[in-house]
Amino acid sequence: MTATQTEGALPGEVVTHARVRLVDLPLGAGSMALITLDNDRDHTRPSTFGPAGLASLDAALDQIIATPGIVAVGVTGKPFIFAVGADLSGISHVRVREQAIEIAQLGHNVFRRFGELDVPTFAFVNGAAIGGGFELPLHCTYRTVSSGAAALSLPEVFLGLVPGWGGAWLLPNLIGPADAMQVILTNAMTMNRQLKPAEGRKLGIFDAMFEPADFLEQSLTWAARVLTGEIVITRKDPDRGLWDTVIGFARSTLDARTHGAFKSPYAALDLIAAAKTSTRDEGFAAEDESLADLVMGDELRASLYAFDLVQKRAKSPVGAPDRSLARPVTLVGVVGAGLMASQLALLFAKRLQVPVIMTDLDQDRIDKGLAFVREELEQQVAKGRMKPDMANRLGALISASTSKDGFADASFVIEAVFENMAVKQQVFAELEAIVSDTCVIASNTSSLSLSEMSSAMSHPERVVGFHFFNPVAVMPLLEIIPSASTDDATLATAFAVGRTLKKSTVLVQDTPGFVVNRLLNLVMAEVFRAVDEGTDLAVADRALRPLGMPMSPFTLMQLVGPAVAFHVMEVLHDAFPERYPLSDNLRRIVEAGKPGIFVPGGKGNPKLDPEVVALLEQGDTALDEAQVLERVADALAREARIMLDDGVVTGPQDLDLCMILGAGMPFALGGLTPYLDRSGASSRATGKRFLAPGIASLPE
Amino acid sequence: MAEARDVVFVDGVRTPFGKAGGAYRETRSDDLVVKAMRELLRRNPNVPPARIDEVAIAATTQTGDQGMTIGRSAALLAGLPSSVPGYAIDRMCAGAMTAVTTVSSAIMAGQIDLALAGGVENMSRHPMGEGVDPNPRFLAERLVDPEALLMGKTAENLHDRFPSITKERADAYAVSSQSKTAKAYSEGRIQVDLVPVAVRDGEQGWGLVTVDEVPRADTTLAGLAGLKTPFRPHGRVTAGNSSGLTDGATAALLAGADIATELGLTAKMRMVGFAFAGVEPEVMGVGPVPSTEKALRRAGLTITDIDLFEINEAFAVQVLAFLDHFGIDDEDPRVNPMGGAIAVGHPLASSGIRLMNYLARDFEHDPSARYGITTMCIGLGMGGTVIWENLNNGSAA
Repeated sequence: MTATQTEGALPGEVVTHARVRLVDLPLGAGSMALITLDNDRDHTRPSTFGPAGLASLDAALDQIIATPGIVAVGVTGKPFIFAVGADLSGISHVRVREQAIEIAQLGHNVFRRFGELDVPTFAFVNGAAIGGGFELPLHCTYRTVSSGAAALSLPEVFLGLVPGWGGAWLLPNLIGPADAMQVILTNAMTMNRQLKPAEGRKLGIFDAMFEPADFLEQSLTWAARVLTGEIVITRKDPDRGLWDTVIGFARSTLDARTHGAFKSPYAALDLIAAAKTSTRDEGFAAEDESLADLVMGDELRASLYAFDLVQKRAKSPVGAPDRSLARPVTLVGVVGAGLMASQLALLFAKRLQVPVIMTDLDQDRIDKGLAFVREELEQQVAKGRMKPDMANRLGALISASTSKDGFADASFVIEAVFENMAVKQQVFAELEAIVSDTCVIASNTSSLSLSEMSSAMSHPERVVGFHFFNPVAVMPLLEIIPSASTDDATLATAFAVGRTLKKSTVLVQDTPGFVVNRLLNLVMAEVFRAVDEGTDLAVADRALRPLGMPMSPFTLMQLVGPAVAFHVMEVLHDAFPERYPLSDNLRRIVEAGKPGIFVPGGKGNPKLDPEVVALLEQGDTALDEAQVLERVADALAREARIMLDDGVVTGPQDLDLCMILGAGMPFALGGLTPYLDRSGASSRATGKRFLAPGIASLPE
Repeated sequence: MAEARDVVFVDGVRTPFGKAGGAYRETRSDDLVVKAMRELLRRNPNVPPARIDEVAIAATTQTGDQGMTIGRSAALLAGLPSSVPGYAIDRMCAGAMTAVTTVSSAIMAGQIDLALAGGVENMSRHPMGEGVDPNPRFLAERLVDPEALLMGKTAENLHDRFPSITKERADAYAVSSQSKTAKAYSEGRIQVDLVPVAVRDGEQGWGLVTVDEVPRADTTLAGLAGLKTPFRPHGRVTAGNSSGLTDGATAALLAGADIATELGLTAKMRMVGFAFAGVEPEVMGVGPVPSTEKALRRAGLTITDIDLFEINEAFAVQVLAFLDHFGIDDEDPRVNPMGGAIAVGHPLASSGIRLMNYLARDFEHDPSARYGITTMCIGLGMGGTVIWENLNNGSAA
């Protein structure tokens, strides 16, 4: 790369150039100006639109307009990539609303030209088209898509934005509000689901689909047929009569799901609603305003911070020893053959592709464990997610025995036995008699001290905590915990294994509850404290809705079971008695053998169990929802500050990463600490912020 | 001996040919041949891809993107079912011709029904002679003349052998090839068998190649007279009276005549017979003479039975040597009616099928013609000839 900085470029902008070439179309259809979007990097650095990139596209169109005899304009991308949207790195530099409006308008002003030229425009979507890269084709007269395009989506709402370069107005006007909401809202909010090319074709977003082997040739030939009139594309105007009904239904679905916790889905919904009657100019202007509102809000800033954590920090964990210290893992032992152990055996076999031996106390348990593994593999094959050969391979890698003798050759053994210190210590003692001195011994404990667990061992330096989240095949987080004695080789091996397991790993010091359980149980403790004092159960459960967590506190408790919740609370109470009080009401619920505080209600909605309500012994201080939320937030701020001061993790970013990946905390909260900062909880409870303004919030 | 099964040439297509260092310089060879294979299948929708029994693809320099058993790798890249096998062929310039005769032999023998044959050479990426390692015995034991390995020198040698073939005759033949090509282009007879190819260029982005890059319609005798003779001082062989270094790919569909009928395919030509023959490597250009004589003899035909000739124009001198041998005039309209390799180029292993495409179009253009041949000279002293029967002709078998 040359040192020259393109004019108007963002600092560090990898400029996507719009290169124009005249193409003689087949069938004598005339000359097309074909634009290639290319940032001159390979597909691992997809093309994005920053200010200089948009200027290049604008200049390309100027050049095309000045060229006589052109019958059509086409736009396509470099191999495997069409374009993946706006260069979001610019947003952190935006300090005033006018700048945000400018970004929105710049995109509109360039993109809209594709809908306003004197000749037809064609987008040939050859590969990934995301965000602005998905919106640009919507401005064109016609669109083709490659059946090999790996990612097609409008992820803006997922990130806290709206499709603000034309997408929110154009898409509903092209395919109707219901399908547009599927793409803009539902997909974005379902773990950023991508459209398959065939789906996009079926929805009417694309006019034709061709295979990747000769996608551009076929697209250009198709374009020639359209231009010669051999192919006629007719578009049906979406049914505007049903528009409001569809929007109303979507709004109530959104309310039920998010309780209004986030701005961007509602902003997108409002734009789609208005697209029913608004003109193109009005629609684009509304997008500008909406985009500027969101860009000037803390939610988006926190989302971008969170996105960056998940994309970058999660892949290179801070504090992990040098990778070269890791020892190879060629055989894995799993102590236990219960549900957790069987899931672990499958995961290790699938990702490490080395033999995995499970052990348990009797033949009956190991038979069950192996049966679980077999059924899981069969199901994967039946669903078409795994080839039979791979199922055979993995099935053959996993064996089980009542004896631990097979562990003699193991390089990594993980225990997943009952959560009890004495039991775990006994398992470790048995293992040490069999395994080599360098075999890593890992514990899947969720709260017990690793140092205590390994205290009686002759080689405690090879013990490490390896805390998965349930279900282990799905949840992306792995907390890795060294004891006071763990050596670098062991820790490096643990991180290497975690990486091979495709988990996001975070280094956490050996403290009760580690990160996720410590913070989630603090929420539970505060909610029960409020209930004990006299707050209505339903009020306490609703109070945290503004956080947009995947589950309310009592729904979560219903899932893990009150007994387990109480047990974990006891561990934390022993460590931090004042901040983790043991709720007498929770104890009563456990003792009554209740599965939770809800019983099934009408229409599948759970309702409060009157028998649980009758069990409660409450004080007379009833808090309202805002008060409960404030208490919880303040408690979280205090706890997070203590954890950072104690060095449990290397920085607030790791707390946030853990809460996003382990507890499903939303991007819009930035995980945790950005929310605590912006809600004022951190200043109120600890006298200072976690992150300087501008990192995960608007700059000052 | 039982009557062998008839083999028909169902259809053939090719990419436009590009100048070496030109349009295809950043295009992989396997991608290039895949474009031709897919176009062939698109044009013949009655062919169930799973019925294809073999994919034989030729390349001269079988390394990198022209290696990895290109018949098989291209089949996979083209999206053919994994049940369809493939292999690679090499007979230098006659690669595609040999791919056709090899799969046809298997069809005749009743071992396969339907096959895809093709050839590719990207001389921008794989210059002639890339990675060759001639055995030192060739020279030490005088097995071949040192000049046998440089094709331009073998062409000069051919001028020595046939002094009546002068540089002026060669240049006149070259001009005629260019003008016949230009005429055929203006009549749209060449373009019909071309598949457009998208090409990417780092500086210009994507473009589309729809026509041959090589022809020079403005070629004149005077212009040719001034060209350098790179192979010999004051020699006769120039860039103007030989085929240039070229990139391109071809593909053709061959079937048992019964299978073509079963699938409702309209075949263009029936294979009458073929032969390959060897000559001294240092005059490889004369190869088509013995191969044609052999093929005619085996087919029970004589040269007078042949109504159309598609002879590869590696060098004008080598075409003229063939014509002189059989007493055919330099300007005989039965010879290369749409011009030849001097104008459109010669991407080595692809050219055999280009000749067959041309002959099929010649036949279509002139249904009164019954028999035609495709013939070419081959490096290291060989010639290849395939005799075809025009299925547009009423007397066709």
